[in-house]
Amino acid sequence: MIAFVVRRLLQSIFVMLAVGFIAFSLFNYVGDPINNMVGQDTTLEQRQELRERLGLDDPFVVQYGRFLVKAVQGDFGISYRHRRPVSQLIAERMPATLELSLVAAFLALFIGVPMGVYTGLHRRGFLSQVFLTISLIGVSLPTFLIGILLILIFGVMSQDINSALGFSLLPQLPTFGRGEVTQVGWWSTGFLTQSGILALILPSITLALFQMTLIMRLVRSEMLEVLRTDYIKFARARGLTNRAVNFGHALKNTLVPVITITGLQLGSIIAFALITEQVFQWPGMGLLFIQAINEVDIPVMASYLMMIGFFFVVINLVVDLLYYVVDPRLRADRAVAAGHQ
Amino acid sequence: MAVNQERPLAAGPGLGERIIDVTKRFFDSDIWYSFTRSPVIIVSAVITLIFVGASAFAPLVAPNNPFDLTTIDLLDSFIPPIWQDGGDARFLLGTDDQGRGILSTIIYGSRISLGVGFASVLFAMVLGISLGLISGYFGGTIDAIIMRAADVQLTFPAILIALLIDGLARAVLPRDFHSEVWFYVLVLAIGLSFWVQYARTVRGSAMVERNKEYVQAARVIGIPPFLIMLRHVLPNVMGPVLVIATINLAIAVITEATLSFLGVGVPLTSPSLGTLIRVGNDFPFSGEWWITIFPGVALAVLVLAVNLLGDWLRDALNPKLR
Repeated sequence: MIAFVVRRLLQSIFVMLAVGFIAFSLFNYVGDPINNMVGQDTTLEQRQELRERLGLDDPFVVQYGRFLVKAVQGDFGISYRHRRPVSQLIAERMPATLELSLVAAFLALFIGVPMGVYTGLHRRGFLSQVFLTISLIGVSLPTFLIGILLILIFGVMSQDINSALGFSLLPQLPTFGRGEVTQVGWWSTGFLTQSGILALILPSITLALFQMTLIMRLVRSEMLEVLRTDYIKFARARGLTNRAVNFGHALKNTLVPVITITGLQLGSIIAFALITEQVFQWPGMGLLFIQAINEVDIPVMASYLMMIGFFFVVINLVVDLLYYVVDPRLRADRAVAAGHQ
Repeated sequence: MAVNQERPLAAGPGLGERIIDVTKRFFDSDIWYSFTRSPVIIVSAVITLIFVGASAFAPLVAPNNPFDLTTIDLLDSFIPPIWQDGGDARFLLGTDDQGRGILSTIIYGSRISLGVGFASVLFAMVLGISLGLISGYFGGTIDAIIMRAADVQLTFPAILIALLIDGLARAVLPRDFHSEVWFYVLVLAIGLSFWVQYARTVRGSAMVERNKEYVQAARVIGIPPFLIMLRHVLPNVMGPVLVIATINLAIAVITEATLSFLGVGVPLTSPSLGTLIRVGNDFPFSGEWWITIFPGVALAVLVLAVNLLGDWLRDALNPKLR
């Protein structure tokens, strides 16, 4: 167990170092950092002095080391565009992205798993075919297109449709920004106001749809696999109720891969949030990153990269460790393979 | 000697015969049989062919040329589709904010989307296959280096990597130069974000093939490793690669559309489907829905058709499912 944890930790550190290296190269070799900091009337001597003061003349390894030490302390420099520390900018934007991602992940999980179970149990049912068709469309529609369609339906056309029908079928939902937010310490939350919660609905559905279809298909195929196994046949032979067999035995055993995939997908939800944020002008980290790319704001780009890298590495690590805890077979295999039983 | 002069192609049948033979084998194959048995796949194939054909012959097919400034008139802007009030017979699906016909921009847009898609899949394929072959055939340190790089890249979703490479290119290249080479930048960005899948698949197969007798025999008679990989190992790993390529085409088209939608892909002057949707999205509340919806539907239909083809190809080539 310990050897496994240590090896995984070393791997994670290696990935972070690689990501850090890319971010550092961005900082130092894309354009001249001095040029980005000073005005046009700065003399060459002043530039040289600033260069020395900032340590930009030091050897590569020294600079990289200093960058890493600062990054660990949460210091990513100053945004060229906003003239403020990047860490501050990101801290302001992070709650918006994380709230959106978490709500989307919950939606994906709590709608996707039941849909998957249903389609797995009723393979030929009409509703299953409907779910599968929806999921195929969900995979084929790009995220931003889903967002635009939702905005058109619930933001633009809902009133026309309602007045045409004579009763209100579709609610009018906010399609822009976060609504009212409340400050809880440094965290700004949209969960405490009605407009904040309403504003979350469309973006989170947009973000969740793709992951939902993924989870549904995964649960379905796992269910189909498990239902064929001998222990399920045996459980039926013992005369257990369908409910006990399907949920107590079958579903439980499908959950291991589901946990892994959902965990790993949490990372891509945070990354994909930047598309959703652009569509709904959601003031999160992704929107900050897109603006940074358009304005070539290197410190923001580099630190977003480091942040996302960190999220991914931590999530991967936690998922791997969880896997180890949840699935006893893995432990046994490793113990046998390692030669001590 | 005399026999050789009479029949120079004595070693095998003539080219014409060979083509007929291959065609015959194709129509006798399981794949063709499974193709004719599923109407959904036939429809998808037809749709894909229509898209490819329309984009290849865009200047002949499109009712008007959206890039020819002499035919565009700003007075024609925001004309609704033909079946709505105020529609114009010249513009079947209406016009956008600059008076370009939506149908024509969709046809030219698919041309750019598919062009970027095919090119980036090809690039990812060549890169991934080469690295995978080297990795699997030689093993050792070089294998470890390539596979660790793949591991690091797999930690991030492809769209993020494409976005980053594209952003970097913007930062490094001067603006004028970038607006000339955007096509290559996009192909590079999308291609680099997809190579890992090919490399891993090919590496796995190459490691198996390496130890088979025919490869050992080739090595014994002194064929250089490069030729062994290209002529003997590669043909045996192409099946799965083609399946990945088909599914990747759909993802590449989506990625390009997403990048363009985010405003970092194709420039506004030569719009792809994603750029068109972005343009339409600037006017969501003024009722000009056709600018967004038609390119969106075109994109969705194209991706769905290619996805279905890819799924079918995967199942049809998988001997376990027969």
